[in-house]
Amino acid sequence: MALTKFNYNSFDVTPVASKAMGFNSDADGLTSISPTSMVLIKTLTASSDSSLSFVNGSSDVVLDSTYPIYLFKWINIHPGNDSVHFSFNGSDDTSSHSYNITKTSTHFEALLYEGDTGAAVQYNTAGDLAQSTGVQSLGRGVGNDNDQATSGELWLFSPSSTTYVKHFMHRDNVAHDGNGSFSNRISGYFNTTAAITAIQFTFSAGNIDAGKIKLYGIKDS
Amino acid sequence: MALSKLKYNSLNVTAAASKAVGFDAGADDLSASLSGGSMVFIKKVTASSSGTISFLNGASDVVLDSTYKEYLFTFKNIHPSTETSFTFQADTGTNTNYNQTIQSTYFRATHREDAGEADLYYNQSNDQANGTAFQTLVESPQIGANNDENLNGYLHIFNPSSSVFTKHFIARISTQNDDGQPGYVMQVFTAGYFNTATALTRFQFKMGSGNIDAGDICLYKIS
Repeated sequence: MALTKFNYNSFDVTPVASKAMGFNSDADGLTSISPTSMVLIKTLTASSDSSLSFVNGSSDVVLDSTYPIYLFKWINIHPGNDSVHFSFNGSDDTSSHSYNITKTSTHFEALLYEGDTGAAVQYNTAGDLAQSTGVQSLGRGVGNDNDQATSGELWLFSPSSTTYVKHFMHRDNVAHDGNGSFSNRISGYFNTTAAITAIQFTFSAGNIDAGKIKLYGIKDS
Repeated sequence: MALSKLKYNSLNVTAAASKAVGFDAGADDLSASLSGGSMVFIKKVTASSSGTISFLNGASDVVLDSTYKEYLFTFKNIHPSTETSFTFQADTGTNTNYNQTIQSTYFRATHREDAGEADLYYNQSNDQANGTAFQTLVESPQIGANNDENLNGYLHIFNPSSSVFTKHFIARISTQNDDGQPGYVMQVFTAGYFNTATALTRFQFKMGSGNIDAGDICLYKIS
């Protein structure tokens, strides 16, 4: 006997494009439910990796015009070396990616050491870039005691645009090698009208010992 | 013959309020444990030489009421017709004066492409002390109008429909400009509150002068 399959219009609910079907607020009827607009694309888990890369079209990564805005989040990124800078760069290649896009950026930080010293909010000229193709440091001076790491986020706007430069905005917190909390804010742009096709995260020396980096797409429809 | 539609209790799953129906972790049964999104798109407005861009509760599918306690605007590739500032205001009810009283702070960091002007600076010219002007999100003339120049960022609005509290907002913008000197990036932090206990029902964005030539402003609800 053939199986009976139910179709979209078999249920007692009005179909709404791109919505899920679920129960209403009284749990006594069906309704349409909006899915999230912040969609998890990919999670990479570090295990003594020299770099972690998100390459459009590779390993289920989407980093193109599918989403207007992308958001990276990293949780408990722990370095193999002490006092190193968690960093990133972009690529505009379509294969054999080189991470060397020209960037200009600005960086300031708030900090306080565990001994209640060093309290400051200040511009950090060591962390900004002026038309540099080198990596952009994010969290600087990350400690590698067992309990030290950095967590944060990076917004990347319209990476696939071939009209505009591509802006990024970052914020994080660092367990500093000097035993303190450093909170960083970096903003800048990839100074190119070529599409950014990949993003790579590294430490200034040594490996990314542990931690997760997640990539999300922010929908605009 | 009337069409027979399957009711909520036709599914082999225990109904759970406001949950979506999906498959369980083993993909061998139905589950009603899936939540809808906590950040849900409401509306996108694309600028096209626009004098203003407005989001009005109840108009054009816009929701800006007590349904959600937080709303988020995102700005993507906002491009001006001329070098200028980027601003916003709000209003109540059906009013369209956009002149609510605002208390705010404004600071920014800058850096030029030749490594000059590395600076963190509070800008008193763009904060407001119970002012009713449009609130600057990027000061003039820091949004460049060259073909590749644009601003991006976001604006959080908290509990706009409250009839008890002032309404807080937090914005962060990244912009750049090549003003005849080496170009520069500016990251701007604006926060404050609408000093009113009346519900805000509408928000408007505009340039300090000229039009919003291009770009998208999206509105999301955060649950």
